[in-house]
Amino acid sequence: MKSDLIVLGGGPAGGNAALAAAAAGLSVVLFDEQPAAGGQVWRAPWAGKADPHDSPERREGDALRDALASSPVDLRFGRRVWSVGRAFRVDALGPDGNEWVEAPRLIAATGAHERVVPFPGWTLPGVIGLAAATVLLKSHAARPAGPVVVAGCGPLLAAVAAGILKAGGDVAAVVDLASARDWLVAVPHLASRPSLLAQGLGWTLKIAGRGVPVLFRHAVRRVEGAERAERVVIAPVDETGAFTGGSERSFEIGSLVVGHGLVPGGEVPRLFRAKTRFDRLRGGHVPELDADGRTSIAGLYAAGDGVGIKGAAAAVLNGTLAGLAAARDAGRLSESEWRKRAEPARTAAAGLAPFSDAIAGLMALRAGQVASVPAETVVCRCEDVTRGEIEAAAVAGATEVNQLKHFTRCGMGPCQGRMCGETAAEILARSLGVEREAVGQWTARPPLRPVPLADLLGRFDYSDIPIPKPAPL
Amino acid sequence: MTRVHDLAVVGGGVHGATAALFCARGGMDVALLDRGPLCREASGVNAGTLTMQMTRVALIPYALRAHAMWASASEWLGHDVGVVVCDGLSLAFTEQEAEILTYRAGKRREAGAPIRIVDGREAKRIEPGLSDEVLIAGHCEVDGYANAYLTGLAYRRALIEAGVALHENRAVEGVDQGDGGFTLRTAQGPLRARRILLAGGVWIEPMLAWLGVDLPIKTLINQLAVTERVAPVMQTVIGVASGLLSLKQYPHGTVVIGGGWQAVGDRERGGVELLPERLVGNVRLACHAVPALGHARLARAWAGLEAETRDALPAAGPVPGVNEAYVCGSVHSGYTSGPYIARLLADRILGREPDLPLFPIDRLLAPDPSEGTAP
Repeated sequence: MKSDLIVLGGGPAGGNAALAAAAAGLSVVLFDEQPAAGGQVWRAPWAGKADPHDSPERREGDALRDALASSPVDLRFGRRVWSVGRAFRVDALGPDGNEWVEAPRLIAATGAHERVVPFPGWTLPGVIGLAAATVLLKSHAARPAGPVVVAGCGPLLAAVAAGILKAGGDVAAVVDLASARDWLVAVPHLASRPSLLAQGLGWTLKIAGRGVPVLFRHAVRRVEGAERAERVVIAPVDETGAFTGGSERSFEIGSLVVGHGLVPGGEVPRLFRAKTRFDRLRGGHVPELDADGRTSIAGLYAAGDGVGIKGAAAAVLNGTLAGLAAARDAGRLSESEWRKRAEPARTAAAGLAPFSDAIAGLMALRAGQVASVPAETVVCRCEDVTRGEIEAAAVAGATEVNQLKHFTRCGMGPCQGRMCGETAAEILARSLGVEREAVGQWTARPPLRPVPLADLLGRFDYSDIPIPKPAPL
Repeated sequence: MTRVHDLAVVGGGVHGATAALFCARGGMDVALLDRGPLCREASGVNAGTLTMQMTRVALIPYALRAHAMWASASEWLGHDVGVVVCDGLSLAFTEQEAEILTYRAGKRREAGAPIRIVDGREAKRIEPGLSDEVLIAGHCEVDGYANAYLTGLAYRRALIEAGVALHENRAVEGVDQGDGGFTLRTAQGPLRARRILLAGGVWIEPMLAWLGVDLPIKTLINQLAVTERVAPVMQTVIGVASGLLSLKQYPHGTVVIGGGWQAVGDRERGGVELLPERLVGNVRLACHAVPALGHARLARAWAGLEAETRDALPAAGPVPGVNEAYVCGSVHSGYTSGPYIARLLADRILGREPDLPLFPIDRLLAPDPSEGTAP
């Protein structure tokens, strides 16, 4: 099947890109892995699991879902995109097996991955990610087993702690890498988005109202337990995230929810070898884009947190701009019509910059966090590669991340480095005494997500397999 | 005074690294240069198969000796490349394939490969993971696989121990001849050597052009895929009569699926794009052979480049008309045979008589006898 535009990802960026392009007359196919639009931040509750609580995110998500449902966009939810080829062809596994769509333009709005900087015990059952906890709360109306310690950094800390309390859970403590002062410094910038500031204050008050201790400038030292997480030990850190040697505290837990910010999921631009640059504030390697989201590859656009962590409000705007750019490049919008539609989004996006910088700053990786990972702690959990093994590979001559992978299998498992990649790269760079940029970026390869071979096969007869002529004898 | 090496090897894959290693051990002062890290192209990303059943008949004597080298790598290389020696099966599912297989296995057996033809039942006894669709199979006990991605690490250690001057990430831009040797131009400054060995895989064509020699090399773009770790589904190396499947499960549980299905790309850009329908075709063939594989998930797919001369036989020998210049590469199933052929060339460079003949490129520089005269 052919269309004018393919959009990958139905979150704030991809959803709005599809709407803007369709409104300009493009035929648009939108793929997303989830059963409904909304992405992670505006995630829809699963059928029969309706969260009784109203929230601004729920309302924004419902608005996007309604707008898409009444638009001409060809919505392909519940599809696992595994191959994205040039010119462009997208292959996805859906309810009827493999399906593909071709289009001269493609917008990648594939969002971000969660970053968890490893600590002893982080792979025990009962330790889950902050973003994973939001999936439980938003989609499944379920909460992690209590008592829960919520740890890490960024705005999700308060949101998840408040969400667990609202759902009737027991939060033993909130452990924040940032100091109270970091937040105060960020607040004037956060104030540029009063509605979100109010939401954030609401979360904070909810935590305070329940008497949950909030430990600023603290981090998880280790999780203890035989078969599962039973106890978390926390300790004070300095502004780089390194432990100060101050006294430890421990909490008996049912779960530890922990996250250290987000990493842009830029696999699609990387797959096409689009130009990228390393942006520490924005979470990692990001594609080089013009003001409208064009990558260095003709016809390929990118938007949302996958191009650098900026949050949902920015994603709405740069998604819209990418959709409009695709329509304009396709000759469906005149210069003046494009300008009329794009100007408001451009202006609004500029106004958001201080806010998104402040949020990104609270989530960015701090140097002392990686320095604190003990040598025997597993970094790559798919392949059980420890920090010590990564450092040994550096001594053995590995100078960039893909060579590190050959030496150790780090990043070679089913997650393809999404979980460990940035931490492993930082450890390699530190071992070599070079900047993070110098050790390169992980090569992206298909499939974009692991897919069962049986699903790829479909029904076939042996005679259907196109066997080329034999190699020379 | 500028150091003048006895030998400069350009290209740090299996061919270049093996020749550098044996020349250094033979007493030469050797420099090895690669534009990237060692074994990061074909030698590090191939399927790792060490088989006779996909090897060209003319190369069987070489491949048998190379197989013995791989099997004893911990002795002569000194480091582990994860070699497993096991049974190999080449399958036929149709009468037509059975005919091809019987003919091809016969030719390879005549050349010395210990391949016997077995029926489907016997094949299934050797490999319980096989499907019931197999009519006959070629069975060879000289088979197995290496962990190709470990090649660079193993050779790197061995080369450093042998005293080779290792220049990774140092691209050669051109070569000047004169003063009884060669000057290799690089961005990091010139490097001088009395002898030069060009071992750049698909890039030996542009390398030979530095010396004014025009040797066309075809670039194959082979697709490969690997599953996540799964419980054991097979214990042999499996191929098919046409040669378009290679399948084995590593001790850590991943299954590598190859066979030379072609992706999009070229020498300049590498493997640009995998073709999903060919990936699916390759996976169908794999699951037709070993049905339990269907439960595994595909973790990653990639493409590796393979070099091929006009007659699909190696380019391994002196460069005609250029004193003390050598070339080594374009060996079909080159990962299997590479170490032995490169060692033969090292013998030649060291002034010894190689145990088996080399593959001089003079034949490839003459007009192609198979092509008619242009009108």
